[in-house]
Amino acid sequence: MNLSLLIFIPLLTAFVILLCRGEKQVRAAALAGGVAQMLAGFILLVAFWQERETGNTTQMLFQYNHQWFSPLQINYHVGVDGISVAMILLTSFVVLAGILVSWKLEKMSKEFFFLLIFLSIGAYGYFISLDLFTLFFFLEIAVIPKFLLIGIWGSGKKQYSAMKLALMLMGGSAMVFVGLLGLYFNTNAAGGLHSFDLTQIAQMHIPLRVQKLFFPFVFGGFGVFGALFPFHTWVPDGHSSAPTAASMFLAGISMKLGGYGCLRVATYLMPDAAHAYAPVIIVLATIAIIYGAFATMMQTDLKYINAYSSVSHCGFVLLGIAMLTQTSINGAVMQMVSHGLMTALFFAAIGMIYDRMHTRVAAQLGGLLKIMPFISTVFVLAGLCSLGLPGLSGFVAEATVFMGAWQNPDTLYRVATILSCASIVVTAVYILRAVGQAIMGPLKKTDQGNVGDASWNEKFAAVILLAGILAIGVAPFWLYKLISPAAEVVIQHVTNAVIKN
Amino acid sequence: MTNEFYVLMKFELLVALIIFILLFMKVGSSSWSNKKVLVAVNLLLLVNFVFGFFMNSDGTLFGEMFRTNKMVELQKNMLNLGALIISAQSYSWLKNHAHVMEFYMLLLSTLLGMFFMMSAGNFLMFYLGLELSTIPLAAICNFDLEKRQSSEAAIKFIILSALSSALLLFGISLVYGTTGTLNFSELPGHLNGSALQLFAFILILAGFAFKISIVPFHLWTADVYEGSPVAVAAYLSVISKAAFLFVFTSVLYTVFKPIAGSWYNMLFLLSVLTMFTGNLFAVRQNNLKRFLAFSSITQMGFILVGISGSNQMGYASVVYFLLIYIFSNLGAFGVVAFVSAVTGKENMDDYKAFYKTNPFLASVLSVSLFSLAGIPPTAGFFGKFFLIMAGAERGNYILISIAALNMIISLYYYLRVVQTMFMEESRATIERLPVNIFAKLAMLVCVAGILAIGFVPWIYHYIYALSL
Repeated sequence: MNLSLLIFIPLLTAFVILLCRGEKQVRAAALAGGVAQMLAGFILLVAFWQERETGNTTQMLFQYNHQWFSPLQINYHVGVDGISVAMILLTSFVVLAGILVSWKLEKMSKEFFFLLIFLSIGAYGYFISLDLFTLFFFLEIAVIPKFLLIGIWGSGKKQYSAMKLALMLMGGSAMVFVGLLGLYFNTNAAGGLHSFDLTQIAQMHIPLRVQKLFFPFVFGGFGVFGALFPFHTWVPDGHSSAPTAASMFLAGISMKLGGYGCLRVATYLMPDAAHAYAPVIIVLATIAIIYGAFATMMQTDLKYINAYSSVSHCGFVLLGIAMLTQTSINGAVMQMVSHGLMTALFFAAIGMIYDRMHTRVAAQLGGLLKIMPFISTVFVLAGLCSLGLPGLSGFVAEATVFMGAWQNPDTLYRVATILSCASIVVTAVYILRAVGQAIMGPLKKTDQGNVGDASWNEKFAAVILLAGILAIGVAPFWLYKLISPAAEVVIQHVTNAVIKN
Repeated sequence: MTNEFYVLMKFELLVALIIFILLFMKVGSSSWSNKKVLVAVNLLLLVNFVFGFFMNSDGTLFGEMFRTNKMVELQKNMLNLGALIISAQSYSWLKNHAHVMEFYMLLLSTLLGMFFMMSAGNFLMFYLGLELSTIPLAAICNFDLEKRQSSEAAIKFIILSALSSALLLFGISLVYGTTGTLNFSELPGHLNGSALQLFAFILILAGFAFKISIVPFHLWTADVYEGSPVAVAAYLSVISKAAFLFVFTSVLYTVFKPIAGSWYNMLFLLSVLTMFTGNLFAVRQNNLKRFLAFSSITQMGFILVGISGSNQMGYASVVYFLLIYIFSNLGAFGVVAFVSAVTGKENMDDYKAFYKTNPFLASVLSVSLFSLAGIPPTAGFFGKFFLIMAGAERGNYILISIAALNMIISLYYYLRVVQTMFMEESRATIERLPVNIFAKLAMLVCVAGILAIGFVPWIYHYIYALSL
């Protein structure tokens, strides 16, 4: 399969949208593009399985390498392993659901869908990049559309949130930038040349001094995207001000860019430093998990509840990565996929409720199950997934992270694991309280007239995401089989480095 | 000699020819309407630009006074392109102006001066070109004839130019005193880093710093930009700066190479100062011309980061960045110039909800600002990336981190303009403006350049191969 298709399909869609006239054409084009993306994602999955079935154990499949700026050894180099495939599938799910959820949007719908599709170019390109320049290029592509989406179509203090998000994310990518340059000028490829190529750098030994100097830049920079404490402050504002589809994208995909970068670039390319800095990251991740959970308890706005809980949940991703066992990294990737689907579903449900009830404050809602059973069910399911109910994806992912984390016998690691486990109780408290307030009980807000249940497009969106959640929750082994070999490569790398020292 | 003369001096001769054509048009008949003149001039400039691609060769003339090579010719043609874009953009400003011919004659004289300066093989020739480029510039700063501010800008410009020329001349004379030659090819052998030579170098550096507005020699910039017509401000910030930067870089890398150790630290300090000062002042501007002035100061700081890298990568990244800078900055100036010419509005507040009434102009301005901020997929991303990459080559990661930090600060104020245009809910203060074909074409060229350059890597390869 030609991976560049994943970039060209959204690019083409975006161009077509620009040429469209009228809302109907725009919607049709966006939907067609979204479906095409999803198909491409599934084709990729099948092709990937087939290659693996036939015994192709090359780390990265479907590689394509094209010289871009050859004097500087910058290439357009793409390829995928199991982790990337999982993330690409996640992206296609969330983008399609996002398009469907914003179906009825009236204000500047052309620009909206254009930016949304454009955003997905950044995500796809990022997940398939094997060249650090390409990776960085796509990482930054995915920032400015968010700024516009939040600032133009958002709600609340949207201008402030948009600016905060853009500056913090670009700050993160500036840190990554410094780190990548530091790596580049300390690589020695054939002929004394430097290299941005991820697979090549992985084979070289970067001096420990260099790793220790630049690991914080790279990990911290990606950590900003992944809501690493104390760089998480953009998350609540950004998510809650954004329009529904943008919130879904932000929490569902954008935060995963960070986790993916921490794993693929920081940990994989600088294994010694990853090992050395692991305690620091574990402490920060644990703080994020617990602080996020308790901060969520204090929220009344449903969107803020989900946004703060995202900080807590994404803490598991970073915790899993920093624990540096194969199981924990598996768990971290699963958590990325699971949280991506779950949080997108949650935001979609909140968006649907807000469209009908014009408030997002849980205490003002109530009894929604009576008037909108479908949306309420979706909301409850998303909540249950968030608190880790067995049978849904959240349980699988979090349990894997904890099992992996427990494999480290060190006291600090054990304490961190226990504390993180304990946060699940807090999660249960705020989720169940929100469900109780908003969904159950008597109908409090009756002044909205006759509000209907979900329309076809909303149902469709919810079903897509729910299917993903159930597919992981009920039968996690396919995802495990997809991720595990890729995670093993990373862990092998770290183990080798540690033994060598 | 004669054929060689025509080929090597092709750029200078063509520009001089256009000046003469304009002169004959002016003297010969007074019945030319402004519109006809503008069409004719723009066509001539287009021809001039297209000719720039042909018959390029290396060589020297007049006993090494004048030298040219493919790199210099590429740079000259970049300036030709910039002049063409500015000329097309100022159509709506000039079509009712009483002195179009004079404007173009003066403008092209400065261009001619810059070409001589860039081709100089000797400090004397360099100074000659510099003065030819500066004095007419002061005259066209005053071309909003009825505005007091415009005259003020011209006076400021000419006085500070004279000061910087004096510094340069002092430096040059010291160089001559210590080495006995002013020839670029002989100088490196005579430079030994003695105290007097370093002093001379500092004076020359200060002279250049005035021209390309590097902090602490930047104070004239914002005032002159604000006072002069927008087209002239664009010319000052793009063409004039690019020309001086080309000369500056090549002089540093060739003539002053023996004392590279000393100027490296100076550039480090100057670039940090320039980036911070430009940024911090740009944040507070409301007038878009002043805003662009400070933003261009910041860009100069980034360029210094690139210059402080090692030879080939540094030189290539500077030239590449300037190529992109021409498109990005002219795109931004183009919109501001157009709106200013039609409505007289130049403040950021006037651009509230600009997208609602003028989606095309707002999009062009946004894309240009994104490019200036260095956001992919615009070309500015590649330009900034390579500049900072060149700066990182010597392992000075403190400088790189500061540059990265400044990219964030600069992003803030570029995004603020975008925010004003797209996100303000209030009624737009500028009504829908019909864009004339010249301005539209110029803007489209800028946008096309901004979007395409990064994806046409042979441009970079070509520049890199030439910057030995």
